[in-house]
Amino acid sequence: MKGIIFFLIGIFFGITMTKSEALSWFRIYEMFRFESFHMYGIIGTAVVLGAIIMSLMKYFKVKVAGGGLVTYTPIPLNFKRHIISGTIFGLGWALVGACPGPMFVLAGNGYFFILVVIAGAVFGTYSYGMIKDKLPH
Amino acid sequence: MLEDLIYPSWHWSVSGLAISLILMLLTLAGRSFGVSTTFKNICGLVGAGKKNDFFKFDYKEDSWRLFFMGGAILGGFLAGVIFPNPLAVSLNFDTIIALEKLGIIYPDADSLGHGFFPDEYFRWDSLKAWLIALGGGFLIGFGSRYADGCTSGHAITGLSHFQLPSLLTVIGFFIGGLLMTHFLMPFIL
Repeated sequence: MKGIIFFLIGIFFGITMTKSEALSWFRIYEMFRFESFHMYGIIGTAVVLGAIIMSLMKYFKVKVAGGGLVTYTPIPLNFKRHIISGTIFGLGWALVGACPGPMFVLAGNGYFFILVVIAGAVFGTYSYGMIKDKLPH
Repeated sequence: MLEDLIYPSWHWSVSGLAISLILMLLTLAGRSFGVSTTFKNICGLVGAGKKNDFFKFDYKEDSWRLFFMGGAILGGFLAGVIFPNPLAVSLNFDTIIALEKLGIIYPDADSLGHGFFPDEYFRWDSLKAWLIALGGGFLIGFGSRYADGCTSGHAITGLSHFQLPSLLTVIGFFIGGLLMTHFLMPFIL
């Protein structure tokens, strides 16, 4: 029945992506043209508050579900990999104007063409999985 | 009075606060906030795990994400269809002019009138729209898995944990996004 908890947090996420307008193709275009503070305000607030909340949870040794503490498993630092992979993602993000979370929320909003984008993303993920051993990590 | 609360869009600060609360709730529930892994899970669910262990769907570790994304879709339906903001996204006027040059008229390009998605451009009967959607989706899927995360995993979760790899990845997001918006989109759209 733990699924219900995640389902409820998911509903909150879907409402947030919609009411924040972060799911808007137009907002993403506007953001990459630096013509509005809106998206930077959202991401900036989320990161500052997120960092404070995570730091406090670590400092006060808050127990999370399963009994453990707040941990983060870092990925190995590889300048080339981060910049190249990030750039590939960014090219797609700007073109279809939605990152993965908003894609699903857009479908819930009734924009069903986004399913084509999701299909492309699943195929891109599959392609990565098939050739990942040949890429620098 | 209540109507003024449930229909309009939120101020960016409220939106940012809400996202940080989602990060907190998922962390408390023992999970890491990251959406792009959903694509990997879909690969696993349709059988890609048989060929390649990378895609294997581990019910214990991965099923929560399906509940979460199911909720996200319902949340979008509630916020956009049941309690929609009567006003379209208020874009910067310069952005509207730039879009017009690309052949996208705002807000008419969104048939639902919210200013969320230009579905009059991305039409089911346009081969070009299919190619752009599949190509753009491919870049997102490939890039996020290679990066080991997307906007939620790196820009929100990773940065909240002061991760240098996440900062570099987010810089990459912007290199790609700026290249696409300023140099490539005029040729593609």
